[in-house]
Parts: sequence; C-alpha cells; structure tokens
Amino acid sequence: MQQSVMVSRLALMVALGLSGPALADEGDLARLRAEMAQLRAQYETRLAELEREVAALAAQPPVSRPVPEVRGATAAAFNPEVSLVLNGRYRHARALAEPGITGFVTGGHGHEDEDHGGARRGFLLDESELVLAANVDHLFRGQLNLALVDDAVEVEEAWVQTVAVGHGATAKAGRFLSGIGYANSQHPHAWDFSDPALMYVALFGEHGSYAQDGLQLSWVAPLEQWLELGVELGRGSAFPGTERDRDGLGATAAFIRTGGDVGDSSSWRAGLSWLGTRAASRESHFDDGVLGEEVAGAFSGTSRMWILDALWKWAPDGNPTARQLMLQAESFRRVERGDLACVEDETPDCADIGLGDYQTRQWGGYVQAVYRFRRGWRAGLRFDRLSSGTLGYGAANDRLERPEYAPRRTSLMVDWSPSEFSRLRLQYARDRSLEAVTDHQWTVQYVMSLGAHPAHAF
Amino acid sequence: MRHRIVAALLAGFLAAPAVVAAPGPLALACEPEWGALVEAIGGERVSLQVATTARQDPHRVEARPSLLAAARRADLLVCTGADLEAGWLPVLLNRAGNPRIQPGQPGHLMAADQVTLLERPARLDRAEGDIHPGGNPHIHTDPRNLARVAAALTERLVRIDPEGEAGYRERFARFSADWRQALDRWRARATPLAGVEVVVSHKAFPYLQAWLGLIEVAALEERPGVAPGPAHLQAVLRAIDARPVRMILRTPLDDPDAGRWLSQRTGLPIVTLPYTVGGSPAAQDLTTLFDATLDGLLEALK
Repeated sequence: MQQSVMVSRLALMVALGLSGPALADEGDLARLRAEMAQLRAQYETRLAELEREVAALAAQPPVSRPVPEVRGATAAAFNPEVSLVLNGRYRHARALAEPGITGFVTGGHGHEDEDHGGARRGFLLDESELVLAANVDHLFRGQLNLALVDDAVEVEEAWVQTVAVGHGATAKAGRFLSGIGYANSQHPHAWDFSDPALMYVALFGEHGSYAQDGLQLSWVAPLEQWLELGVELGRGSAFPGTERDRDGLGATAAFIRTGGDVGDSSSWRAGLSWLGTRAASRESHFDDGVLGEEVAGAFSGTSRMWILDALWKWAPDGNPTARQLMLQAESFRRVERGDLACVEDETPDCADIGLGDYQTRQWGGYVQAVYRFRRGWRAGLRFDRLSSGTLGYGAANDRLERPEYAPRRTSLMVDWSPSEFSRLRLQYARDRSLEAVTDHQWTVQYVMSLGAHPAHAF
Repeated sequence: MRHRIVAALLAGFLAAPAVVAAPGPLALACEPEWGALVEAIGGERVSLQVATTARQDPHRVEARPSLLAAARRADLLVCTGADLEAGWLPVLLNRAGNPRIQPGQPGHLMAADQVTLLERPARLDRAEGDIHPGGNPHIHTDPRNLARVAAALTERLVRIDPEGEAGYRERFARFSADWRQALDRWRARATPLAGVEVVVSHKAFPYLQAWLGLIEVAALEERPGVAPGPAHLQAVLRAIDARPVRMILRTPLDDPDAGRWLSQRTGLPIVTLPYTVGGSPAAQDLTTLFDATLDGLLEALK
C-alpha cells in the first residue's frame, strides 16, 4: 500500500522534474523541493528497513528438518578415537647411589629400569601415551593404552568392558588399572603433581599404580547417593606380587566407594579398598647390621593392604572455571607375611644369617590441596608421610637392620593450562624418603594431549 | 579402628535416602533449559534431575558422584550434545552401567541432533580453540529450536512410558500453542533489534542472533574457550571503530574482564543475558527466559 503510494509520488516527481522550470513559479519550486526532500528521506528510511529485514531473513537457519549427516562415509569413519599424550620434564635432584624409600622394599621396576622419571635427572622424555578406544559393538567397549618409552612399548591398559548388562553392573576384562584407592586409576597425565604420591610408589613401585590382568566386576547401587561396589580377580604378577606359574587367582581386590553433593558448591567421594596378592621369591636387598654388607633375600608369602581415600571439591556455585579447591587424602596399611630365603649366589654367608620368618606391618598416606586461583592456573601442596612400621625377620632380627624411620616429602606445585589440552608445571619437593638424605627437587614439566582426549573421572 | 571406619561408612549408606517410586520415568537433563522443557512436557509424571545450574558452565562440569548415581537410575537423558558435554557425559555413560541411556537408545536424546547447527567449523584444529566439530552447541537461545526439541522429547517420552502418552501429548499441545503465541509476541517486540550490530563475549548466541537478526561484528574470545589476549582485543577495538555497534553481549558465566575493557574504551553497554533458565532472577522458566532476554536487549537500545 505504502509502496504503491510512494511509486506514484516518484512518478509525479519525475514528471515534475522533467517539465519543472517551464511550469513552476518561485513558490511552487520551493514547495516541490521540500516535498521531494521529504519523500527522499521517507524512501531511504523504508529502504534501510527493508535491507535490515532481508539481512535478518538471510541469517536465519533453514526451517526444514536436518538430514543426519554421515561423516566420512568410508570404513575409516569407524576407526577408534585416538589420543596421544606427550610428556617431558627437566628435573633437578641430588645424585643418589641407591634411590628408594627407607624401610620399604623396592617395587616393580627395580634400579635399572627407571623409565618414569623417578630417579633420573636432567632433561627427560617421559612416556608418550597412546590411547585407542571405541565401542566394539552394541555390547562391548574396548580401550588400549600404550606407554611408549625407549626400546619398549608397555601395555598399560588393554581391556574390553560391557555396556549393555544393565542394573548398574559392568564387567571389564583384560589389563586395567585397578579400581583400588583414588589415584590408582589415574594415568600420569592426570596427576596433580609431576610424580605419584609416595605411598603409591611404596606400594606399587615407580609406576605409582597397580594394574590387574584379569576381571573386574562393578555395580552401582540404584540409590540417590552414589555407591559403587567392585571386585577384581587377577593374575597378581605385578609388585607387590610376583609372576607365579599356577592356575587360579593371583590377586584379589575389592572396593566400595560412595559420594555426593553438599549444596551446589561442594562434592565429595570416599572409598575403602582391599588388595591381597602373593609373592614367590620376590628378591630385595637387606642390610647386614653386623658385617655392613648387603644380603639378598627372596620373599615368598602374602601381601595384603587396605586403602582409605577421601576427596572434597569446592567451587563457587559449583562452577570450577575460575576457582576451585580440591582436597584429597589417602592412607594405607600393608601387612606382608611369609618366609624370607637367602639368595646364595649374591650373599656369601647365608647360613650364618639364619633368614626364615618374614612379617612386616607398614602404613602411610598423603594429604594434598590443589587450588585453582584463576582460569587456567592452579597451585598445589602435598604432604607425604610413611612409616617403616614393624619389620620382623624372625631369627635374623638381630642381624638385619630394621630401620625405624618415617619417610616424608613435601611438594609444592604451580601449573598453567592455557587450554584443556596443555599443561605446564613447576614443582618443588623437599624429599626425605631416604634416612639422612634431604633432597631438594625441582621439576619443570609439560603435559600435552593431542586428539580425541577421553573425559576424566571425578 | 578399621571396624569403626567400616561401621561409619555403612551407617552413611543406610542413612542415604531410599529410592522414591515415581509414577513415570526418571529423566536426567544436562542443562537447565532441557530440565525446564522436561517439566513442561513431562509434568509431574516425570521425576527430574538437572545436572547443572545456570551458574555452572556446562563445558566444565565434572562427572560428580551425584551425577553417576543419577545416570545409573535414569530412564531418559536429555542433553545438548554436539560435544558440549564432552568433558563429563562420556564418563557417566561408561560408568553408570545403564544401557537405557546409551547412544542409539530411546533414552538418549541429544537436542542438537534435532536442529540444524550453525558455525560448523570448516577446519578442525585445536589451534582454533575449543571448537565443536558438529557446530555451535548453544542451540536453545533460539526459541524455535526449543519447539523442535519439545516435539522430539514428546515422542521419546511416549516410547519410554506409553502409559503416560495422553498426558505427554496434551502437555505438548498446550506447550506448542503457548509457544506459538509467545513467538508472535517476541517477534513483534524484537522488530527494532533486526540489523543491530553487537559484539559477543563467547560465541554463545549465534542462534539468538539468527532469530532476531542481530549481527555479530566480533567476539571477544579469539578462540572459543580460551581467554583473549591484548592483541586480539585491540583488533576488536579497531574492527568496530567505524561501525554502528550498539552493545556487548555476554552470558552470566563469561569472564567479565574483556567486556569491561571494551566498554570503558567505547562506552558500549554490556548486556548480560540470562542465557538459560535461572540465569537471572527474571528468567524463571522458558517463557520468562526469552522475555528477560528481549528486555535486556531492548533496554540497551534505548
């Protein structure tokens, strides 16, 4: 309507314009000029309005229903999610002839094979972690974690798990990080510090975690509060157990854990775990207090432990983007019982020493706080403390040294994560794991994650 | 000592509230907007747990124990999808032992699958920041998308709980009618917003912009999810220098610093939109969410 009026007025204007000077007197001319200016202004306003409407329409999404898109319609589209984690560090520490923890037998990798940065110094390439994961079909899911180190590819995890059993139950088979404790199932890239807590090193060796080859059954109770029960049946070849050529169970683990929210701002979880395994001729060194020599002993028997863990996270309104406080604590108690045999090849006077009974009771734990003080920045403080506990060697009690020592360590760290996928960390630790040695350790570390990075558990 | 700890733990479990038998299914909504939609369609028949509040960033929530417990029991999962929940939802799915809410099941409803996504990246590279391969996931800021998701949600509820069908369909019909009216009302109110140029903090509003005809001239975040550097902010300042930009849009969760910086230099008003249900005192439900959003935008135009 308005448009047609405008068009006719324009036509009039054009006609007037062509014949203007001949027809108009001075007054008419001024009036017509004013009218023309007014019309032009109106027209321009309307034009601008139309332009805006066109722009708005053009920016709208199509209203038709979308056709689901098949990405990369080739067999490659079914390839597992691939994730790669690159780690490296510079580590400044004291040179130690024999690193370890006073009163605790060396676990896992022993002295020659410290590929996890444990006791090495200088520029270090840590393990590169390669993860492949995908649904196998509608019933199973699988995951492989490889740790690539010089001259070796370690299979850290390789498991399949059920996804369709239902009723809160899940079964997992293969090699997997045991569900005991809290930090045990974390991979190194997820650690809050550049090294595992001292108690995990004491319990499971430099790796700082216990992996099972076997079967895990877990069940989440149908409650409003989270409650998960789990049982693991495993081969038990990893420290503190050893490889034993036999049928049946080598290690049994069980855990119960629970947790929930307190208001919008806080969440917590707590758990209790038990692990029992057996060792056969597990070799370690003891100090002969009389002759001052090393005695090589081989332990055969049971190793049983309890682990208690607790975690509290707080963030303003439960939004951890800019600020978050994480308090975490774990403790353990381990009892080992059995026989200690003398390794004659390495020990000259086995007969005199009289090794036989072996019984140790040890405990320890750690407490840590990590605070995110601004977006991407965190600071953390961790106290480790262990106790060499009661060491009993039967008839050899007088002969073998039985240190009464509380190994401890204090660690401070600051890390910066410019994105979810990269982290740079500076850490200082005052390490008194060894009696009469205080080691000031500095670590600068990077942890970078490439590809489809799997989400982390709470 | 050990026995006392065990006893204390057991006492804790026994004191935990027992399962309340609800008449219909239990729904777990990842974000408040989907919670509100489940309430609108499901009514009192559906028990609802919402994983995040309006004050929590759905990109960064963690797979908390309470969410694991909810995922274990849920019959229906209603989330945004498009990788918005990539940091926590996979953990819930893998660890809850609940096949009903796995992908492909009727109990697994991703809102982003029901609409056309905008800003699908042409190039996938983490150097571009926290980008979502499928497109921008913040779809609920266009109310027309909510209507589409409501239709899909109704069908899912009917499949999961056929006994409640009549109620679901009735509530959906009522919701659709109300929503059509509201859309007309909002459209009429929003006329002055068409073609208005804005700067956004995070790319949280492409769907709102498309609906209202707002034109996004620049984003303060150079890369999604990464805090902007000074060079980028200077570039934004230059880019908007000669243009008739009217306001800076942000969600309540966006870092306010960059917006404040730009506002001080340009005098542009900062408009904090509620973004989701509960994001401002006025945004109490889905309808008032868009009322409040338009209030904020129109106020800044004055």
